Amino acid sequence: MYRVTRRYAFAASHRLHSPEFTEEQNRRLYGKCNNPYGHGHNYVVEVSACGPLDAAERAVDIQALDRLVAGQVLEPFDHRNLNTEVAAFEGPVPTSENLAAEICRRLKRNWTSAFPGPWPRLEKVRIAETARNIFEVGADEIE
Amino acid sequence: MIITRKVEFSASHVCRRPELTDEENRRLYGPAANPQGHGHNYVVEVSLRGEPHPLTGMVMDLKELKEILNRQIVEPYDHRFLNYEVPPFDRLVPTAENIARDIWGRLETQLPASGGRLYAVRVYETPDLYVDYFGDQPCTA
Repeated sequence: MYRVTRRYAFAASHRLHSPEFTEEQNRRLYGKCNNPYGHGHNYVVEVSACGPLDAAERAVDIQALDRLVAGQVLEPFDHRNLNTEVAAFEGPVPTSENLAAEICRRLKRNWTSAFPGPWPRLEKVRIAETARNIFEVGADEIE
Repeated sequence: MIITRKVEFSASHVCRRPELTDEENRRLYGPAANPQGHGHNYVVEVSLRGEPHPLTGMVMDLKELKEILNRQIVEPYDHRFLNYEVPPFDRLVPTAENIARDIWGRLETQLPASGGRLYAVRVYETPDLYVDYFGDQPCTA
């Protein structure tokens, strides 16, 4: 069995702020990430899929994966304000935990349109917000 | 415990199946189907799983593993055109998946019985694309 991992990048801004807390609580909880005007990151996303070899002697059709990730992640997220331009973050705070889950959800939901057969299967999404902050979610953790 | 040693080699390859037309190959493999070939700086990470020896404190002597990797991977692969110079890629498409499996096969019989079991072979074709192969084991998170 093979696991293929492809790395993508996008740049976006966000602000960590929850309406459930007061201004003061938000500042204490999120620190600099609560700055009212937001701030940005160069996000790096790794998408991993598993499977046996297909007729072309590879486990994942990289061109198909690239198209899926471009349509579901890069085009909607790149050079965007996640809080104001991505519907999924109208309520939930765009922490990288929630971002990783949202990316995994989008890929999982649209997986069969890119890969109609039983293989490959989406295994996990790993997102680096900075080189030091990394978040990973398994496809089976997402509904 | 898992220990990993990394080696690098540079090689050229082309991904195409001889029974398909140029157009079909291009659709299937994209630019990797260019009949003239192209190259990568491949990076290979070989991981062994085992317990540290009670006296040496090591799963396997990494110096010894380095020598095996140089002999089994770097010597045959480095600065070669894989399709023309490195069997089985005269008859097998040298995708990163097939390279990982070939490396697994080259190592499996060469590792000392006492020094941990081969656990994974990771092949980076570029920094943005890599394959993990686990032999007959399923993918593990």
